[in-house]
Amino acid sequence: MNSTLDIMLWVVVPYVSIAVFVVGHVWRYRYDKFGWTTRSSQLYENRLLRLGSPLFHFGILLVVLGHVAGLLIPESWTEAVGVSETAYHAVAASLGILAGLCTLAGAAILVYRRRTVGPVFSATTRNDKVMYVLLVGTIVLGLGTTILGNLTGDPHNYRETVSPWFRSLFYADPQPQLMAAAPLGFQLHVIAAWILFAFWPFSRLVHVFSLPLGYLTRPYIVYRSRDDQLGNRRPRRGWERVG
Amino acid sequence: MKIMAQMAMVMNLDKCIGCHTCSVTCKQAWTNRSGVEYVWFNNVETRPGQGYPRTYEDQDRWRGGWTLNARGRLRLRGGGRLRKLLTIFSNPKLPALDDYYEPWTYDYDTLISAPAQQHTPVARPRSLISGKPTGITWSANWDDDLGGAPELARHDPLLRGIEDKVRFEFEQTFMFYLPRICEHCLNPSCAASCPSGAIYKRSEDGIVLVDQDRCRGWRMCVSGCPYKKVYFNHRTGKAEKCTFCFPRVEVGIPTVCAETCVGRLRYIGLVLYDADRVLAAASTPDEHDLLDAQRDLLLDPTDPHVRREAERAGIPHDWLDAAARSPVHALINTYRVALPLHPEYRTMPMVWYIPPLSPVVDVVRDTGHDGEHHTTLFAAIDALRIPVDYLARLFTAGDPEPVNQVLRRLAAMRSYLRDINLGREPDESIPDAVGMTGEELYDLYRLLALAKYDERYVIPPAHAEQAHGLEELATECSLDYEGGPGMGGSGPFGETSGGPTPIAVENFHMLRDRQKADRVNLLNWDGRGNPVPPKDKP
Ligand code: HEM
Ligand code: SF4
Ligand code: SF4
Repeated sequence: MNSTLDIMLWVVVPYVSIAVFVVGHVWRYRYDKFGWTTRSSQLYENRLLRLGSPLFHFGILLVVLGHVAGLLIPESWTEAVGVSETAYHAVAASLGILAGLCTLAGAAILVYRRRTVGPVFSATTRNDKVMYVLLVGTIVLGLGTTILGNLTGDPHNYRETVSPWFRSLFYADPQPQLMAAAPLGFQLHVIAAWILFAFWPFSRLVHVFSLPLGYLTRPYIVYRSRDDQLGNRRPRRGWERVG
Repeated sequence: MKIMAQMAMVMNLDKCIGCHTCSVTCKQAWTNRSGVEYVWFNNVETRPGQGYPRTYEDQDRWRGGWTLNARGRLRLRGGGRLRKLLTIFSNPKLPALDDYYEPWTYDYDTLISAPAQQHTPVARPRSLISGKPTGITWSANWDDDLGGAPELARHDPLLRGIEDKVRFEFEQTFMFYLPRICEHCLNPSCAASCPSGAIYKRSEDGIVLVDQDRCRGWRMCVSGCPYKKVYFNHRTGKAEKCTFCFPRVEVGIPTVCAETCVGRLRYIGLVLYDADRVLAAASTPDEHDLLDAQRDLLLDPTDPHVRREAERAGIPHDWLDAAARSPVHALINTYRVALPLHPEYRTMPMVWYIPPLSPVVDVVRDTGHDGEHHTTLFAAIDALRIPVDYLARLFTAGDPEPVNQVLRRLAAMRSYLRDINLGREPDESIPDAVGMTGEELYDLYRLLALAKYDERYVIPPAHAEQAHGLEELATECSLDYEGGPGMGGSGPFGETSGGPTPIAVENFHMLRDRQKADRVNLLNWDGRGNPVPPKDKP
């Protein structure tokens, strides 16, 4: 039988977070396109950013890929193609730790820069601070759990607990007991992540969804008719455009 | 053939007095906000000089604009699409604030709040970026009038290789002013560099704009523009650029910089071009042929075939008439005295310049010769290599010949018109020598020296279709019908008599709102706190 706490943590929190994440992004996109930006601070400072930002971003993109692979691909599939759990784990842990360390080092540089470079510091909003606490917290918890787990020599196989639980959320058949069985480190990492996701649409992290892949295929010069946009003129009542 | 209309500008550099009125009025209109304190959509730089931002013309360093690859294909000098995406996390070619300048204000408050003391209190400069006291070490026109030139002007990228030939000593050098706005290029590399596709060229009038709702702050356009005329608003995290004052132009009035220009040296009008040929023109192999390629791209608006094609492309009739009267087209292609700025960037810029003859005239006069006589002037143009070479590096990718031709035409106009003004028999050999007729030379003189407001600015209002037309109608005088009492030309009772000046509805509302609201001066507001002082309850 699942305790109320387990249901709260591993069913209610995830669904609320996902709902806020989705609805929040739709809302933000519709009402705040103007605020949807990376809010680059490169104009203020370049030397540290040049180091920290690529390190962090390439790291985190690898980490995201790792999570997609680890959470969404069932263990049975990899075994079906002949990859043993030990082999899988060796590769995943080493790549994951490498990417995680890059991310963390990059984040450290970025946070240090935010704190010490005057103009960057004064352009840092409260929102940015909350975002960094949640983001770095989640990364530290995740990386810490992985490293500590591997140091014990007998790492927990999350593909038997966390991953099926995560997938169960999307089958609308949540299995909180799976997650409840995972070690504390994983539990904390996951909770931190759900809070981060709930905060995501309201932070600068929305820029992730603007990854401009369309640039690879669109024509270089964009032409638009002035009718497509209404300049600074609000249409008069009764003359608003339809559609 | 796909004919498009382009709003373009010509500036006659001989008449620029370097007063910066254009920059200031532009700033008041567009960039007097926090986040863009360092931004001047219009700036005036003294040449030779480093420009703003510093040495922006050094494309080996900044890598803006286009270039031809080994196979002769046009590509972005800053690298292709994939490279842009891979370097998106930290743009390697973004000018830093130092390259512009750190904007500042003064601590005015101490002037009135300082305690009684022996010495007059002073207002110290404070950085608008960090809010801390700062020393002022650079600005958008630090080297104005060759200030500090012996030390600073040698870093002008255009002087590379001839540094030692240009002596920055008093009375031994030449200088002129170069007012710059966004070029509203036919082949804008800013738009091509924008990963989000937020920068677009309006198909009606060619004005290049940043869609503020689509810009995501990737700041690639700033690097992509070789003229460094896209700026990053560090508060909003979005790119901003010169808008060619589109709300004004749409209702038929000139841009703020042109309207307020003290020297009356700016001309605004339409040109027609064939959009299908832009890429080929921009890919012209030899840099020295780019000027002609760019001139050829512009179509003759009086040619019936062009007019037919243009109408088929949906360009309204009054726009075609305006294009036929365009002073810009006349200066570029009829009189061939206007040249584009840095055609070698291959963006097909649409702000053109009449190069200044004054560096030549000054030298001639200083050496005691007759600075109005055509033979002396022609000889001087041929002899004075340095100013001509310098102008060529600005306007013709380094080819002195077209610059020579323009300067000879300007010199010819000077001396031909002197004879007329002095009541002497005009010397028809002068126009002959520059391949023009006396009448053409006189018309050129009229356009450059006498042209009135409505000849300098031939701007057909936009067709915002009926809805907007109705709005404008509603603001017009009801007596203003053909032949009615409100009707009049450029009236018999002085400047303001006659027909109403069209007003932009949006400006009207804005002005009215502003009159009703408290006056707020945002120019020196540091972006912190409330710019509107809280009202005392009575
Ligand atoms: C999808 C691809 C992504 C792209 C193209 C991208 C791009 C950018 C860019 C251009 C900046 C501005 C850097 C600057 O000039 O100041 C930025 C900042 C940032 N990005 Fe990303 N990003 C991506 C994904 C992510 C992800 C997945 C995360 C974290 C989960 C993330 C977190 C951040 C943070 C925290 C900053 C602020 C850095 C700082 O200034 O302190 N980004 N990103
Ligand atoms: S000059 Fe203007 S239109 Fe041309 S590339 Fe620069 S910003 Fe774009
Ligand atoms: S207002 Fe006219 S004369 Fe004065 S600096 Fe600007 S372009 Fe030159």
